[in-house]
Amino acid sequence: MANKRAKQKSKYTLDRGIPGAFEGETVTRRRFMTGAAHSAGAVAAAAFTLPALGFAVGPIFKQERHSWEDIGPLEAFSENNYIPVVVTINPGVGEVGKTTAYVRKRNPAIDTDRYDSTTPYIAISTRCAHVGCPVRWIDAAERFVCPCHGGVYDLLGRRVSGPPVRPLDRFPTRVRAGRVQLYTGRFSVNSELRRFSPRDPGEPLDGIGQYLYPSRPSARIP
Amino acid sequence: MARRPAPPLPSALKAPPPRPGEGNGPLSPVEQAKEAGITVVDWVDERTSLSGAARWLMFRKVPKGTNWYYTLGSATLFAFLSQAVTGVFLAMFYRPDAAGGAYESIRHITDDVFLGQFVRGMHLWGASVMVVLVFLHMGRTFLFGAYKYPRELNWVIGVVLLILTMVMALTGYLLPFDQRAYWATIVANNITATGPLVGPYLGDFLRSGPEFTATTLSRFYAIHMLLVPGAIAALIGAHLYLVTKLGTTAPPWSKVDRRPELSETEV
Repeated sequence: MANKRAKQKSKYTLDRGIPGAFEGETVTRRRFMTGAAHSAGAVAAAAFTLPALGFAVGPIFKQERHSWEDIGPLEAFSENNYIPVVVTINPGVGEVGKTTAYVRKRNPAIDTDRYDSTTPYIAISTRCAHVGCPVRWIDAAERFVCPCHGGVYDLLGRRVSGPPVRPLDRFPTRVRAGRVQLYTGRFSVNSELRRFSPRDPGEPLDGIGQYLYPSRPSARIP
Repeated sequence: MARRPAPPLPSALKAPPPRPGEGNGPLSPVEQAKEAGITVVDWVDERTSLSGAARWLMFRKVPKGTNWYYTLGSATLFAFLSQAVTGVFLAMFYRPDAAGGAYESIRHITDDVFLGQFVRGMHLWGASVMVVLVFLHMGRTFLFGAYKYPRELNWVIGVVLLILTMVMALTGYLLPFDQRAYWATIVANNITATGPLVGPYLGDFLRSGPEFTATTLSRFYAIHMLLVPGAIAALIGAHLYLVTKLGTTAPPWSKVDRRPELSETEV
């Protein structure tokens, strides 16, 4: 018994008494062929699975292209009220690629936050921070109101009531040659209006929220 | 091995045995025509042995007390088949074009195509019917305890089928591409994205990017008509195989038959 076990332990097929074994051979041809056939099958399967998977997953890692869009002359916007402007954030898909932004001139009395000091105009995205329905500015109430689930935001886009988890997103703005321009890539803000790279609606940015909902490569502003 | 029960044919349909002394003379043309169907079936069966499988699948013993609640699974299957057939014919007219073509093609189906409104209505309402039937079937299985050993795997397959049915409902909702479809998909996508850590990436995967684009619609269309129906059909096959192999359960209120001649005596 001990002799047999010692034989089986040998790494040479010749010592293990396998018929047709060659001198110095450690893997039988039959075993090698089985392995080779399985590997060839795996390579063939991977050859069509991996590219297809990469094709489907690829858009996650592709950075979206954005641009500065002209939204009107300086006089078109006041300090105290919002003017809706329609901007195309996804060119080439018609109405679906458009969204509305509410724009007003920065009012140093209200927009005291240091993050706003570099922005000449405040452009609020109408995408609700709950699950993304379009909010509307109600002038009489001085509130943004969402029609879907009752989210309400104040003049600065901060949540007043309802289910939203953070303030409304914003668009960067700048002034060029007497015209106001809006950058079509949003950025998100937390409840203290600190800026973050854009997050999807429903993702809080206070506390550990910014780590639970990491910024994605596709949505980063270059 | 015990003989499987013969198909319950009425005696009128069974061929009478030949009378003694008549012999096996050449068949008349009428008799040959009568035999043609049997010959074809025999030809196929000799080469595939399918009749055994068909008998195994269809002529099963069912427990005493089997009632109408046991038909909910078949009802769900027929709802799926209805969705598959109407879906194939809707796909002949539908265009997954986000720049207006999708809505226009649906309007064309509803307003212009002969029976288009009817077939689209079948698909639309059939979707709700299928979801309702899936839940009723699941409730029947749960309340009758039919998920217990040895049928746990069938329950698991059933849950996957439930999830796939919901995926079908979600992806199909976008395809008419009207305001309701668009905003419902935006909301569903953003709910997906609220899952911690992986949620944002899942949302990007579904939308194929950070924003809703034309690719989103084609992606939902491909998932709706190619990916998930294939998976559902395959899993229904596995589900039915297990039902046939394991048999159905008796309803929980049926009493154990305690007649002594039916019970095995312990040695």
